[in-house]
Amino acid sequence: MAILVIAEHDNSTLKGATLNAVTAASQMGADLHLLVAGAGCGAAAEAAAQVAGVAKVLVADNAAYEHQLAENMGKLVAELAKDYSHIVSPATTTGKNFMPRVAALLDVAQLSDITAVESENTFQRPIYAGNAIATVESMDAVKVITVRGTAFDAAAAEGGSAAVETVDAAHDAGISSFVGEEMAQSDRPELTAADVIISGGRGMGNGENFALLEKVADKLGAAVGASRAAVDAGFVPNDMQVGQTGKIVAPELYIAVGISGAIQHLAGMKDSKIIVAINKDEEAPIFSVADYGLVADLFEAVPELEQKI
Amino acid sequence: MKVLVTVKRVIDYNVKVRVKSDNTDVDLANVKMALNPFCEIAVEEAVRLKEAGTASEVVVVSIGPKTCQEQIRTALALGADRGIQIETEDMPESLNVAKLLAKVIDEEQPGLVIMGKQAIDSDNNQTGQMLAALTDMPQGTFASEVKIDGDKVNVTREVDGGLQTVALNMPAIVTTDLRLNEPRYASLPNIMKAKRKPLDVKTPADLGVELKAHTKLLKVTPPAERQAGIMVASVDELVDKLKNEAKVL
Repeated sequence: MAILVIAEHDNSTLKGATLNAVTAASQMGADLHLLVAGAGCGAAAEAAAQVAGVAKVLVADNAAYEHQLAENMGKLVAELAKDYSHIVSPATTTGKNFMPRVAALLDVAQLSDITAVESENTFQRPIYAGNAIATVESMDAVKVITVRGTAFDAAAAEGGSAAVETVDAAHDAGISSFVGEEMAQSDRPELTAADVIISGGRGMGNGENFALLEKVADKLGAAVGASRAAVDAGFVPNDMQVGQTGKIVAPELYIAVGISGAIQHLAGMKDSKIIVAINKDEEAPIFSVADYGLVADLFEAVPELEQKI
Repeated sequence: MKVLVTVKRVIDYNVKVRVKSDNTDVDLANVKMALNPFCEIAVEEAVRLKEAGTASEVVVVSIGPKTCQEQIRTALALGADRGIQIETEDMPESLNVAKLLAKVIDEEQPGLVIMGKQAIDSDNNQTGQMLAALTDMPQGTFASEVKIDGDKVNVTREVDGGLQTVALNMPAIVTTDLRLNEPRYASLPNIMKAKRKPLDVKTPADLGVELKAHTKLLKVTPPAERQAGIMVASVDELVDKLKNEAKVL
């Protein structure tokens, strides 16, 4: 049986997390189909058809799916699920929102946030904030799975030529509606897609001082993140939070500035390829995971770093 | 309006988790247990609704062995009115939990259900959404603001790129994110008072739910250890290492 991957998109472009989910799905079996559910989402569907390894793209283009409300998405995906062995989505806030509804409607479990595929029915997933890895076997006929993007490489966005098929099903549950959104505007890359991230913690002292990190970020084409301590202190908004309760990232280079390294922060970044820590406290736990540690006053070290890179 | 809140007993978030040497699970013997932090936020939100006069009664439910009554009492001390424990031998899978809670909703008919977005042990982030599907209710997950407006509730949600607001018909299910509120501490008089608040015990059989196994836990292993690297003495040395050794600049 085929595998259905639910695409993450904004109706015009396909989000990167979809490509990591495609790679994970390709390890579960052959014959991958991608579902693009949205409104006026033709461009996203075209992009989906280009993804390498995808055999078919299903397009559900209806006002009910414009904002991918969980109530409507759940019904749509559950209806399509009868033809599939696996239903796979990125573990983004969108996927985490509707996928458990799909599982409940199908009377099956959901395997959340998987980080490895051992076989078509056995998967690894982090538990206890990543302090343990569970290997779990699904005994359900349909496996509903969300995928941690950082654990899988992205599939090639081009090279495929999937057939595009229209799905007519219009499920408007009529019990919820979209009111509005406030999306953070930034010229810098998104945290989850960035190759380089520079993050600040409580040691930054206040929100204004994050400008020091932004200067380095602009030179490196990096995203700027923060620890939960910095968010809780009100320095920066929550969408910058890296950690178990924020975003899980794994860039090529992660620079932690003024971050002590609480377990909850480490859980969100310890899979980064190279970790640099700058902290004036030489006992800070962040140094135990850092490839390169520098004990220094960040207000001197960061401007110097900016000049020398 | 009645508000239903669910709470889970989990390992205290300050405790360092250790995997058992036979790799069957994590070691919870003699470990400090506590109310799941996201559930604590859910209790606080419900109690604030009561204090504001919006909610008339706050009912708190927990599922598990008798020990979870401790967490129900904690919620009662924070201001919930009465508790329901659904007695099970161990912690059922999320779908089973959702089925049990769906029956409780049937009996209690709350106008709003507030739950934590995830438990810090299994990290599934799914029970609230499953319960919403089983009861055909709308959901406002990862909430950072909850505003009741007549027969609707507006929920501002923490999503990947920022914030999203949805309007839900009530009854609805809300799952809490960290910034929804800052939970209070229970006062000693309230802790004493909580001991006398009613607490019902039910079984899955009472609710007519048969618990089914959907997954099998094959093993639990510690994560790959990351080796500590080296300390550098200056920014110059750091830049040099990043350029010439790690080759990431």
